[in-house]
Amino acid sequence: MPDQLLFAMEVTLNGLMAGVLYSLVALGFVLIFKASGIFNYAQGVMALFAALTLVGIMEGQVPFAHLINSVFGTDIHHFGWHVPALAAIVLTMVLMIAFAWAVNRFVLRHLVNQEPIILFMATIGLAYFLEGVGDLMWGSDIKTLNVGLPQGLNETIDRVTYEAFGYGFFIDNLDIVATVIAVVLVAGLVLFSQYTKQGRALRAVADDHQAALSVGISLNYIWVLTWSIAGFVALVAGIMWGAKSGVQFSLSLIALKALPVLMLGGFTSIPGAIVGGLIIGVGEKLFEFLIGVHIGGATENWFAYVLALLFLVFRPQGLFGEKIIERV
Amino acid sequence: MIYREAGDFKTTYAADAQTFPIKLDRWGYFVILAVAVLVVPFFITDYMANAILVPFLIYAIAAIGLNILTGYCGQVSLGTGGFMAVGAYACYKLMTSFPDVSIVIHILLAGLVTAAVGVLFGLPSLRIKGFYLAVATLAAQFFLVWLFNKVPWFYNYSASGQISAPERTVLGVAVTGPSTDAWATYMICLVFTIVLALMARNLTRGSVGRRWMAIRDMDIAAEIIGVNPLKAKLTAFAVSSFYIGVAGALFFSVYLGAVEVGEVFGIQKSFLVLFMIIIGGLGSIFGAFAGAAFLVVLPVVLKVIGSDWLGWPTDLVAHFNLVIVGALIMAFLIFEPHGLAQLWRLLKEKLRLWPFPH
Repeated sequence: MPDQLLFAMEVTLNGLMAGVLYSLVALGFVLIFKASGIFNYAQGVMALFAALTLVGIMEGQVPFAHLINSVFGTDIHHFGWHVPALAAIVLTMVLMIAFAWAVNRFVLRHLVNQEPIILFMATIGLAYFLEGVGDLMWGSDIKTLNVGLPQGLNETIDRVTYEAFGYGFFIDNLDIVATVIAVVLVAGLVLFSQYTKQGRALRAVADDHQAALSVGISLNYIWVLTWSIAGFVALVAGIMWGAKSGVQFSLSLIALKALPVLMLGGFTSIPGAIVGGLIIGVGEKLFEFLIGVHIGGATENWFAYVLALLFLVFRPQGLFGEKIIERV
Repeated sequence: MIYREAGDFKTTYAADAQTFPIKLDRWGYFVILAVAVLVVPFFITDYMANAILVPFLIYAIAAIGLNILTGYCGQVSLGTGGFMAVGAYACYKLMTSFPDVSIVIHILLAGLVTAAVGVLFGLPSLRIKGFYLAVATLAAQFFLVWLFNKVPWFYNYSASGQISAPERTVLGVAVTGPSTDAWATYMICLVFTIVLALMARNLTRGSVGRRWMAIRDMDIAAEIIGVNPLKAKLTAFAVSSFYIGVAGALFFSVYLGAVEVGEVFGIQKSFLVLFMIIIGGLGSIFGAFAGAAFLVVLPVVLKVIGSDWLGWPTDLVAHFNLVIVGALIMAFLIFEPHGLAQLWRLLKEKLRLWPFPH
């Protein structure tokens, strides 16, 4: 096979893997959007916050150490212990659930019945708030996250492809793990929403708030539940991206990566988020590979948006979105 | 007792249609204008101009622009930073290509260029709405910033990739370049702000503005009563982008002097201007000023309190800034979705009746 084609295949495979990670973030958006009609811009910052908290707990950092030191003139930074990864993940999850509860109690409950765009802007405020709190709690320096996931070149794939094509594909182990986890997560979510009582309640709320209320489903409970699940998805995404490129502010920008995925797939569809993620992941990598290098590179920043924009002009509800019916 | 309409009778249509129907408002407005034009320039210091007044005036223009699109026409845009960059780069290219033409004309032309780009990116708004559109405008943001970063023609092939404003004069006084006086930069921004704000005020209460508001309130109903959504939306995009482009041109040429596009006109700028109109008040010209003033002054105040009084490190203060801005946005949306402008309106209603509320 010609080299160019092999490169393109490798790029496509890597694009698929990146797409899985985009889907993972997009999934968090879809869950909240379906259940409460809120487009949660803070999803990316939630991933950052979860990853920061996870690192902080694992390293035994003192929360708000910087602030405490500045106010009282002390010099504390670490408790001096290390928490095992699994325990830290559980603790972080507890914090994310507390966060979900707080968001509902103090923000969303007061914004019921507001226009969707107002809710959207409120989540932008939430994103700023959470980012500031995260920085205050754990400091804004770049941290490395190591929960024991395998990383680096996958040698099996390298060897097999080398034997088959005479050219070894570079696939990161972490991407493979991420793909597996994403698949498990999606399967789990589908099972949860199809076969459990809470899942059924969740779908009922997504379908019609008032009807759900009238059959005795507690909206508050369901919203806390969805935000907790979204927090969990954010945690998983935070771990994956954090392990890949360090825990830092740019982690929150993955939310911006997920937006075009959502536009492409439709805001209300879980399969849409996955297919959209894959299309964008492959599309942007191939575009960068084939055209991007000739026009200055770094096209990944905008390609997804422009693709989604062009797509939307022809199909405004996205690939799998519900058909938009407008009434006066 | 003082603030009232009673006895303030109108005998002509012109009087009936004026912007400030109450005498006290009118006088207040003239006094503020007089102070801004006749007093401030003589007492302005470099610090005041650079930290507060000039950014306030420029952000006010940008906020009016975004308010026209988002507040009056209901199309949420997250591409403000990108459009400001268009204004800045258009101004730069014009300034360096035609050095003999007045900078004022360049800035206005830069606004027009931005308007054209805005219309181009506004085209999808005819098909897509709400969040989809908000996200679509992000395409403009990322694409434009990338374009100005990667195509050397835009920054005249300079080695650093930055653009920096050469010295230009208005009526013999330098307004751009390194050797400008604080009052000169202040005055040129002030003149632009006053003229553009007056224009916006009159546009929004005329037929164009009423068409925008009809589209905002319910686009299908507006279409049925004869508003052409194509024209209404695209004019909103054009006018809004014109304002934002002028703001971008001023921001680059008069305020900063040298600009690196990703840093100055990144997505943070889009959010900042959006926050200004949320806090100030959607659909209000006064709100654009109030919001701009608030978000320009807030970091300065926090910095003074945090760094100078309490002696905290600057990064800590910056984090607090984020927390406070985020919390304020949520608080405003919860308690007063119409922003500072609505608080002002309520205060005026109370004042009209005071001290006899019944």
